Amino acid sequence: MNDTLDVVLRLIAVLVVFLVLPLLVGQTEHKVMAHMQGRLGPMYAGGFHGWAQLVADGVKFAQKEDVVPADADRRVFQLAPAVALLPYLLVLIAIPIGPHGFVGQNLDAGLFFVLAVMGVGVLGSLMAGWASANKFSLLGALRTAAQLMAYELPMLLAAASVAMAAGTLSLPGIVGSYHWWWTPWQLLGGMVFFTAGLAELQRPPFDMPVADSEIIFGAYTEYTGLRFALFLLAEYAGIVVLCGLTTVLFLGGWHGPWSGSVGWLWTLLKAALLAFVVIWLRVSYPRLREDQLQKLAWTVLIPLSLAQIALTGVVKVVTS
Amino acid sequence: MDYFHGYAVVGLVAVVGVLFVTVAFAAGRLLRPEVPTPEKLLTYECGVDPVGEGWAHTQIRYYVYSYLYVIFAVDAIFLFPWATVFAAPGFGGATLVEMFVFLGFLAVGLLYAWKKGVLEWT
Repeated sequence: MNDTLDVVLRLIAVLVVFLVLPLLVGQTEHKVMAHMQGRLGPMYAGGFHGWAQLVADGVKFAQKEDVVPADADRRVFQLAPAVALLPYLLVLIAIPIGPHGFVGQNLDAGLFFVLAVMGVGVLGSLMAGWASANKFSLLGALRTAAQLMAYELPMLLAAASVAMAAGTLSLPGIVGSYHWWWTPWQLLGGMVFFTAGLAELQRPPFDMPVADSEIIFGAYTEYTGLRFALFLLAEYAGIVVLCGLTTVLFLGGWHGPWSGSVGWLWTLLKAALLAFVVIWLRVSYPRLREDQLQKLAWTVLIPLSLAQIALTGVVKVVTS
Repeated sequence: MDYFHGYAVVGLVAVVGVLFVTVAFAAGRLLRPEVPTPEKLLTYECGVDPVGEGWAHTQIRYYVYSYLYVIFAVDAIFLFPWATVFAAPGFGGATLVEMFVFLGFLAVGLLYAWKKGVLEWT
């Protein structure tokens, strides 16, 4: 009975995190972007500095008509947002927040599971683009797929380097064996991982799949209402997952002063800092061109991640 | 036993996710208006009435990347089990040599593709 209660609580916790943190990131993005651009951002909804803006957006999305174009492949078109969204929910359960089993579920092959499941999200975009009966959507979907292929690889290699350093694939295990000098040692891998993650989420400056000046809004052009909102939620849930993973793999997760009692706070703080960087990058850099994107992945990030693996291997064997 | 228990919880999360989406879609159906008109159901595309159908000819240059990806990704999969044991006592430098052979293969493959010019479009 106790076990059942425990599992139910964990499930509820994961769902709550999944629904709240992305909204927090979204609201932060509204405000941070606004202030970086000399604006105020939303100020009215909810009264205090427009804190309820995204809630209002949600209400608006929920009551909008759900238009499925007559030419679209109806079922696939309607299912696509769910396929894009759910992988991030699944990933959240494997990310550790604090020490002593403060994690949704400790999986032995956690790192592998996380990388594998995150790759599924792209199917949602591909389905959306293919089913939309829209030339630009199809182009956007193909760009998404090409982008995932190019950036999944440096991401895998950088993550493998951490697994080599820790000697385990379990995410709590990786954080558990962390020492402060890992961060400089894995710095290259960390930067590759974070950059590749940004590209996988199609965040600026890697947002060619939704480049509004070229292909309207890519695979999501034909979507309205709730289904469109789910695609947006997927993007922000992706930011949460990426920042959480980078924290866990490269920044030592819960390690910090008094980690025994406030470890979870360190994880959240580090992840929040990374989320801020994600927003900052969006404001600072112009979009890459489609071929520049592929070139960056194959000629810069992959060689760098291979170099990181060599460095990790040599240091690990020499010191052990 | 623990192994199956862990993934059973993952399966439950998937169930929760599907339920969430189902409830959201069902609630949306109750809340939203439904007034279809022919104009509304036309593909939006770029705001102008679409010409031809949605499947257009385009030059797909991505296929080379997908070949490259498949080759590299299959290799990369082997890294993960190896990563957990390569520093175990007793292997010494042997695993390190293995690693450099592996990286060498990948690097040569990448250099070949680079030399062939498939990584550049312009």
